[in-house]
Amino acid sequence: MARARTTWSTANVPIYLKRSKGEAVLKLTCIAVVLGGLVGSTLLHTTQARANTLKTYAQGLLQPDTQRAALEGLRDLGEPTVQPLLDALKEGALYSWKGVVYRFTDTGTFVDLDGVPLLDSAGEALLPDDMEPVPLAEDNIALVRRILDGLNLFAADVATRKATVRRLGNLRDAAVIPMLEKALAQETHTDVQAVLRVAMDKLRLASPDPNVRLETIRAFGASRAESALSRIKGLRKTETDPTVLTAIDEAVKSIEDYLRLRNAVGYVFNGVSLASVLLIMSLGLAITFGLMGIINMAHGEMLMLGSYTAYVLQELFATTLPQYLDYYFVVALPLSVVVVGFVGVLMERGILRFLYGRPLESLLVTWGIGMMLQQGARLFFGDQTSVSPPTWFRGGWEIMPGLIFPYGRMFIILLSLLSLAVVYLLLYRSTVGLKIRSVMQNRDMAACMGISSRTVDTLTFAMGTAMAGLAGCALSLIGTVDPEVGKTYIVDSFMVVVLGGVGKLVGTVIAALGVGMSNKILEPLISGTAAAVYAKVAILVLVIFFLQLKPTGLFPAKERTAAGAVR
Amino acid sequence: MQPTQSQNMKNSAKGTWITAGLLVLILLIGLPLGHHYGWITNYSLNLFSKYLALAILALGMDLIWGYTGILSLGQAIFFGLGAYVMGMNLMLESSGQGVYGEAIPDFMVWNRLTELPLYWLPFKSFPIAVIGSIAVPALAAAAIGFLTFRRRVGGTYFAILTQAIAFATWLMFNRNEMNLGGTNGLTDFKLILGYALSEPNTQWALYMLTAFLLIACYVGCRWLTGSKIGLIMTAIRDQEPRLRFLGYPIAQYKIFIFSVAGALSGLAGALYVTQVGIITPSQIGVLPSLEIVVWVAFGGRNSLIGAMIGAVGINAARSVLTAQFPEWWPIILGGLFVIVVLLLPNGIVGLPRQLWHGLRHLRGRSSAGRQPGPQARQRPVERPSVNPSTR
Amino acid sequence: MSESGSIIYLDGVTVSFDGFKALQEVDFYVDHGELRALIGPNGAGKTTLLDAICGKVKPDHGRVVFGQATELHKLEEHEITMMGIGRKFQTPSVFQNMTLFDNLTLATRHERGVFANLFHTLNRAQRDHIMSTLQTLGLEDKAHQQAGILSHGQIQWLEIGMVLVQDPTLFLLDEPVAGMTREEREKTSELLQWLAKDHAVLVVEHDMEFVRQTADRVTVLHEGQVLCEGSVEHVKSDPRVVEVYLGRG
Repeated sequence: MARARTTWSTANVPIYLKRSKGEAVLKLTCIAVVLGGLVGSTLLHTTQARANTLKTYAQGLLQPDTQRAALEGLRDLGEPTVQPLLDALKEGALYSWKGVVYRFTDTGTFVDLDGVPLLDSAGEALLPDDMEPVPLAEDNIALVRRILDGLNLFAADVATRKATVRRLGNLRDAAVIPMLEKALAQETHTDVQAVLRVAMDKLRLASPDPNVRLETIRAFGASRAESALSRIKGLRKTETDPTVLTAIDEAVKSIEDYLRLRNAVGYVFNGVSLASVLLIMSLGLAITFGLMGIINMAHGEMLMLGSYTAYVLQELFATTLPQYLDYYFVVALPLSVVVVGFVGVLMERGILRFLYGRPLESLLVTWGIGMMLQQGARLFFGDQTSVSPPTWFRGGWEIMPGLIFPYGRMFIILLSLLSLAVVYLLLYRSTVGLKIRSVMQNRDMAACMGISSRTVDTLTFAMGTAMAGLAGCALSLIGTVDPEVGKTYIVDSFMVVVLGGVGKLVGTVIAALGVGMSNKILEPLISGTAAAVYAKVAILVLVIFFLQLKPTGLFPAKERTAAGAVR
Repeated sequence: MQPTQSQNMKNSAKGTWITAGLLVLILLIGLPLGHHYGWITNYSLNLFSKYLALAILALGMDLIWGYTGILSLGQAIFFGLGAYVMGMNLMLESSGQGVYGEAIPDFMVWNRLTELPLYWLPFKSFPIAVIGSIAVPALAAAAIGFLTFRRRVGGTYFAILTQAIAFATWLMFNRNEMNLGGTNGLTDFKLILGYALSEPNTQWALYMLTAFLLIACYVGCRWLTGSKIGLIMTAIRDQEPRLRFLGYPIAQYKIFIFSVAGALSGLAGALYVTQVGIITPSQIGVLPSLEIVVWVAFGGRNSLIGAMIGAVGINAARSVLTAQFPEWWPIILGGLFVIVVLLLPNGIVGLPRQLWHGLRHLRGRSSAGRQPGPQARQRPVERPSVNPSTR
Repeated sequence: MSESGSIIYLDGVTVSFDGFKALQEVDFYVDHGELRALIGPNGAGKTTLLDAICGKVKPDHGRVVFGQATELHKLEEHEITMMGIGRKFQTPSVFQNMTLFDNLTLATRHERGVFANLFHTLNRAQRDHIMSTLQTLGLEDKAHQQAGILSHGQIQWLEIGMVLVQDPTLFLLDEPVAGMTREEREKTSELLQWLAKDHAVLVVEHDMEFVRQTADRVTVLHEGQVLCEGSVEHVKSDPRVVEVYLGRG
């Protein structure tokens, strides 16, 4: 039988409560109050109880013979409130006065265990003279630390957690492992999880059970953890179990192979990085030397000028547009090209055009110009200047664990490839390039065709110097800016041009790679502090021997001798 | 404009003796007299003697560059080798008088060496050291020449290569492992053949020796350049390929003259180190080598006298200027490079003739029979270019 | 040197520059006592052939044999010269800043080593030889003047003179009469014919009149290959030669 939906009305309230609405409300309120009171008082009691326990233990800390037990009690409490107390104890900021335990805080007041500061009648901090510091017995220091660590494992701050885990991992006490396992179970941050696992592995190595050790070692080998290497090697000295010993050797080999590979990759990258700087610079040199036959010994100083352009620009931005400081680089790159190109124009128009066909003279003159520029820079800028790269280039790409390719260097590699493309396109695929090449090969014919060889000469030389300027600006990202920077790279640069020959751009590229890589690969192979020196010498010797086979370089300029002239 | 070869040959006999006589007069008689009467101090004499030693170095450079057309940017290497060899002997002579009173030089004691390295031993003897200071650089030059000239590495590539070798040598000599004093070099000499180096009499004797050797080398070089070898040298400079097709083994000649220059440089180094009292790697590297070129270019690369004048002149200027304006010296030197090459192709010595020609041109007269040879145009091969069909 | 055997023999010589074949499988020889002319249009490979003989270029394939069995392509230029091959170049290359006498001094037949020349002075015989050569060339009055003052034709002669004093077995002359006057040409023709009696002379020339006057046999090169070879008449009437080089009429 369908019934109308009953609404809650006093009609449905059980009869025994039906006396009156007001009575009902009163009764409900009473129940609520009683219940609340019960809960509240329980809570309060518990807290109080805990606080009481805390206070009891704190009291226990005061006496040397009860301190240890008190500490253990505090440890078992596992309360976060224990932390400030123990911190204070560890740092000697725990005091007792009139039987009450106080902490001395950073604000300069004494605070009791409830957090109530000790104030005098005026409300100022009260600093009684008879405050007695609570001494921490030496035997208990480790325990205090351990307890704090246990608490820090669950600290709010990621960095603190990580640091605590790392420290615990470096102890040799396997007893810490359960604590770490507990922390791992609760940990959510991936970084901290990783660190936890590593720490536990390290501790397991110290485990008395050989199987545990074996497993851990195998795990290390598989994951190729570099940080475990010394630990495993150290273990090898004390290990007695033969299976574990073999496992150690395997794991060590596996890790070291990986490290070798990683280092090799690192050297290759550094080699390519150096090669890219060399390439940009050598492209410029190949243009002025290969195309025009001018040996520009000031090419290194062109590089220097490019670096200084970046420096000056950064200083400028720092003082006038500090909020756009990073963008100085965006301006510096094209500006260095323009500035140094302009210097090239001046050089060519003013001095070098009188020296065509006389390469040895141009060598001397340009060396003189280079010396003047270098000393001038030293007098004007001083010997110590530095450029800090824009923030975009800070940091790098961690391609393998422990191996970082800095963004700055990657940018330079990119820049060099770009420059190569531009030079190639300009010289071989554009009208300008066609004019340049025609003038260089047959001046008179080109003039007959209306090409102004004077302009082309100046333009070509300026191109060459501009490239060096670009290299210099890029170099400021990874190196220092000083008057000597040109001399550092010029020798290598000429080696590249001599080695690569002046026939094709490909030669320059290969030679730049060769010289750059050899420098960086030979360096680590030759042990000792003289590595860089011997590497340079070795490369020079190699180049000389190479020239025995191919005196005109990798890709010499091949020409069919036109007339029967004796050449 | 280079003077004709036969002019050289004709003048060589007469001119040599006249010039040599003049030099004897000035250097071996005049200056010592001045010193005797007190017009020239001990210090000045010693300083001038140093310039004379460098003049010998310049002679060598002139032989290879001015006369044979080989530009070497590493002559300081050979100078340094000669100086180091002599320096080793001088150090060993002073043995027992170092700070540590040991038989081996002080810096070796610092490097915790207990006995003399093998290659120091021969130079304990003075005659061997003297011969060595000439032979070692000559052999080194021959070796470098052997590795390069036979492969027809010439002109610009050779210049760059020698520069790189100078750089590498400087790097190596800076290393302590070489046991040659590292960055500090060899110094603190006290005796030579038993005579104290600080004694004015010894220094006077060394001056006379240097001046005498300079004149002797000058005469020798004059003879060489005036002989058939000189003819061949000039031919190599002006048109090497043509000479090759006349049957001459060019590489042999280049190696020969390069070794001679190396020997002269070594001799200069030995004389220098004895009188200056120190030799360091910084005198071996790239910059010193270039300075040698500037001396010769400045003085006149086609004339031996010019080379000597250039060496003495520029070094004297440097002594004065670096005392007054030390920071400006590199700029001045650099400026010298530019000016000399652009405006003084024949150096100071050639300046009078240059001015004379300039005046004659101004007056509208043609310089009959003296067309400036198209030197530059005769060797277009120096300007490699990119063949369009090879890319 | 045998009287009748060939002095120089090219056997299947190929020379290419970066893909361009300057000489293709050329078989060529010159006899002792012969005056051979080498003609052909520009770019035919004439100068390259001379280069291959004197060592300026090395053949990619084939052999260059001198005398009985000396393989020239294995030697260096100066060694080839000393074997007895003297060359005069197309663009006159004498030492302009030296006197004529000095030029010839350098060329005189004498040991070429460093130590042989260290103390060498010309003896009487050599000096006379040089002067008589200058006389033959009509240049003895300029003996001690710079070579740079000579006219173009005189420079050619000087260079020929330099080859003369070398006293080689084989003369390689590249365009010896270019730029000469008529009389000079005749003189040169006589000189060469006189030379050919005791030596072998190979001349590269464009002047057909001169060739007709002077040469015993003619070889025509075209595009790196021997087109035709024979007496002057034979070659002149060959239709291929006419088409390629001489032109009709």
